[in-house]
Amino acid sequence: MMTRLRFWPDSASSVSGEVNFFFIFMVVLCTSVAIAIAAFLIYCAVRYRRKHENEMGRPVRYIYSVEIAWTVIPFFFFMGMFAWGAKLYFDIERPPDNAITMYAVGKQWMWKVQHPGGQREINELHLPIGRPVKLVMISQDVIHSFYVPAFRTKQDALPGRYTSTWFEATTPGKYHLFCAEYCGAKHSGMIGWIYAMTPGDYQTWLTEGAPEGSLASQGEKYFHQFGCANCHHFEGQGRAPNLRDLYGRRIEVAGGGNVLADESYIRESILNPNAKVAYGFEPNVMPNFTGQLDEQQVLALVSYIKALGPQPGTQEPSSPGTAPKEYGQEKGIAGPGASSISGSHVGAR
Amino acid sequence: MIEEAVDRPPTKTYLNAEVGIWSWLLTTDHKRIGILYTISITFFFFLGGFFALLMRLELVQPRNWLVSAETYNKLFSMHGIIMVWFFLIPSIPNTLGNFVLPMAVGAKDLAFPKLNLASWYVFMLGAAVTIYAIFRGGVDTGWTFYTPFSTASSTTYVTAAAMGIFINGFSSIMTGINFIATVHRMRAPGLTWYKLPIFVWSHYATSMIFVLATPVLAVTLLMVAVERIFKVGIFDPALGGDPVLFQHLFWFYSHPAVYIMVLPAMAVVSEIVPTFSRKPLFGYKAVCWASIGLATLGFLVWGHHMFVAGMSVYSAMTFSLFSYFVAIPSAIKVFNWTATMHRGAVSWDTPMLYAIGFIGLFTIGGMTGLFLAAIGLDVHVTDTYFVIAHFHYIMVGGTVMAFLGGVHYWWPKISGKLYPEALAKLSALTVFLGFNLTFFPQFVLGYLGMPRRYAAYPEEFQFLNILSTAGASILGVGYILPLVYLLWSWKYGRDAGPNPWKSTGLEWQTSSPPPKHNFEKTPVVTTTVPYPYEEMKEELGLVQTR
Repeated sequence: MMTRLRFWPDSASSVSGEVNFFFIFMVVLCTSVAIAIAAFLIYCAVRYRRKHENEMGRPVRYIYSVEIAWTVIPFFFFMGMFAWGAKLYFDIERPPDNAITMYAVGKQWMWKVQHPGGQREINELHLPIGRPVKLVMISQDVIHSFYVPAFRTKQDALPGRYTSTWFEATTPGKYHLFCAEYCGAKHSGMIGWIYAMTPGDYQTWLTEGAPEGSLASQGEKYFHQFGCANCHHFEGQGRAPNLRDLYGRRIEVAGGGNVLADESYIRESILNPNAKVAYGFEPNVMPNFTGQLDEQQVLALVSYIKALGPQPGTQEPSSPGTAPKEYGQEKGIAGPGASSISGSHVGAR
Repeated sequence: MIEEAVDRPPTKTYLNAEVGIWSWLLTTDHKRIGILYTISITFFFFLGGFFALLMRLELVQPRNWLVSAETYNKLFSMHGIIMVWFFLIPSIPNTLGNFVLPMAVGAKDLAFPKLNLASWYVFMLGAAVTIYAIFRGGVDTGWTFYTPFSTASSTTYVTAAAMGIFINGFSSIMTGINFIATVHRMRAPGLTWYKLPIFVWSHYATSMIFVLATPVLAVTLLMVAVERIFKVGIFDPALGGDPVLFQHLFWFYSHPAVYIMVLPAMAVVSEIVPTFSRKPLFGYKAVCWASIGLATLGFLVWGHHMFVAGMSVYSAMTFSLFSYFVAIPSAIKVFNWTATMHRGAVSWDTPMLYAIGFIGLFTIGGMTGLFLAAIGLDVHVTDTYFVIAHFHYIMVGGTVMAFLGGVHYWWPKISGKLYPEALAKLSALTVFLGFNLTFFPQFVLGYLGMPRRYAAYPEEFQFLNILSTAGASILGVGYILPLVYLLWSWKYGRDAGPNPWKSTGLEWQTSSPPPKHNFEKTPVVTTTVPYPYEEMKEELGLVQTR
């Protein structure tokens, strides 16, 4: 079914229709202009073809208005294309609030995907239709790029930093997953399949997956295994900050300023704890975990910390002086403080 | 203006002024250095083309059948490195630019003739280091050297290849300085800025980019080598570096480098169209400033190569906006060339066929750039064959077509001989058809979603890949033909006479081939406008019939 001759890609996401529409608009507009230019070139070449060897062209008066017209008119068309392209980009880049978060780790030469329920897949991603999925990703080695042509989305997976993309499948089916950033010998083998399923089928698939426990519960296991719980208490403040209700808040950091506690900040604080120490806590207390944990273990810990709700019985943020939770900060509209201090590129994307 | 005797070919020319191999290898004559460069880049063009041919053959089958994936990765890397730095960037400026620019300003040579010779030696040294990397086993990073793959993962000859390019960069800078000084200081009496041919304006703009952008590439490649050898953390996050920083630095050079490749092509076309329409260029000043506009705006758009690399949406919007601004000067040029033909006396000689082909293909290349500048569309088509097709329409459909057009246009001046016209027309047509069959299907492949740099691919992409390979074989024939008949004509062609096209350019007002110092006596420009067909019509023997 996938091997037949093709001239047009599958369209299976909530944005693919508009991308197609925009693309066809551009093709029609540009083809019309190109044909007009080509026709005029051919007309001039034929109509004014030199009749004898010593003939010269007719002197022409330079017409400013013509020059201005063909400068200004394209400019307005270009601004229209810019605005439409930018609007579409916002749609493609900013996930809705109700998106399910999944995680992908790229490595030479495979994609490892984890579902929030703990199910793991390699070079495959099963997802339900009609439900936005936010994919947080990172690379364990070189740059890769998660590309699903049928969804019209692509995002580089970088080493050392989380990036994210999102998509909402609209049509059940099996679609290509490609690595689109050259990553070495088996780059063209770093491909897989996306299975878009009806919600019922997806539920069945999830239960058949028989995970070892949800991603957050794996994270909880590591949280104890690596001794995090010795200092990060969940009642009151210990030697280290209480991590309850941390995710998505702005917290003050030592040395002034504040930072959005998003996936990138949590990851950085695990691997390089002294980078941005929470205000009121000593540096050099927590060991550096760079090289001790692989990206999947870090993702599990991040997922666990994200899942920690508020302290039972309290609704107020526990540490004073912090801004209220700002979900809107998750993507795209992070304030200048957030992006410059935290360097949190998921937040600043 | 100076008029020479048309009857007999000159006895004393730059070609026979001195003889022997050392008279060439130690020459400071810009015309001979132009020929040295032409021989070098022709070799690299066919070497890079050979790599492309192997790639196209491999892609006939969806699975690896001719070469391994590792070899394929080296082929596209070396194709890119050779074609960009050892063919496209020096292609027009160092060959036709070297040969024509001093004559077009009425000078006897470039401002610094020894620097000009040094630039060729530096170029050849850089080339030797890169060739060494190729023969030791090649390099597999792509021409873009993206980190941390290039610094931490690749086991091929990355440092040697990067150093070859690093050295090569100095030859670009030397040429840029030389051209800038020549245009400022060596113009003939009476030749004011607004009488200069667009060829000179456009090379001036190119030289600005040579001087301003190349050092950034040099520093970037040096940092890649330092990180690779000494494990100093600059780009690799495992060492505390930032991989995206590399992309910013690399494209800060490599986007302006696109204009290094295309401005000289526009320079050539801006000479061919008026000459073969026997009419001044329409909108001369607009085209002058469009060249400068491309050279400056070209520095503000590098981020459009990185829309999916983890950039904030507002940065992406800014780079998208600037990318649309930079499209305006290109559009202005296309319209002005087209308008120049209106009411001209248009000939269908080979250079004009190449120029018309250039305008058409450059228009397609430029318009598909509008698709890529639209960020919402770019997300889907970036890093696919759509991008490959787009930049080959600019660099092969644009620059290579203009280079061939320019070589045919100035061939009578360079060699003193005429090439076989019918064969030349046939090969121009072959190039045009072969080119479109090679690259047009790649636009479709790109929207279908075929990623670039894939040694193997899903079967549904096979048909379009076969079309592309078929086109490439036709294109190859179209490129070999001119090599054969131009060399043939050097020995057996008819004498051309000083000005076979009846052009107004100063380089045509001396004998073909020119004497060693270009002009018997320094030309004094008394005409009042650029492309002065009206003022020179008696001198050129032209008549107004319409």
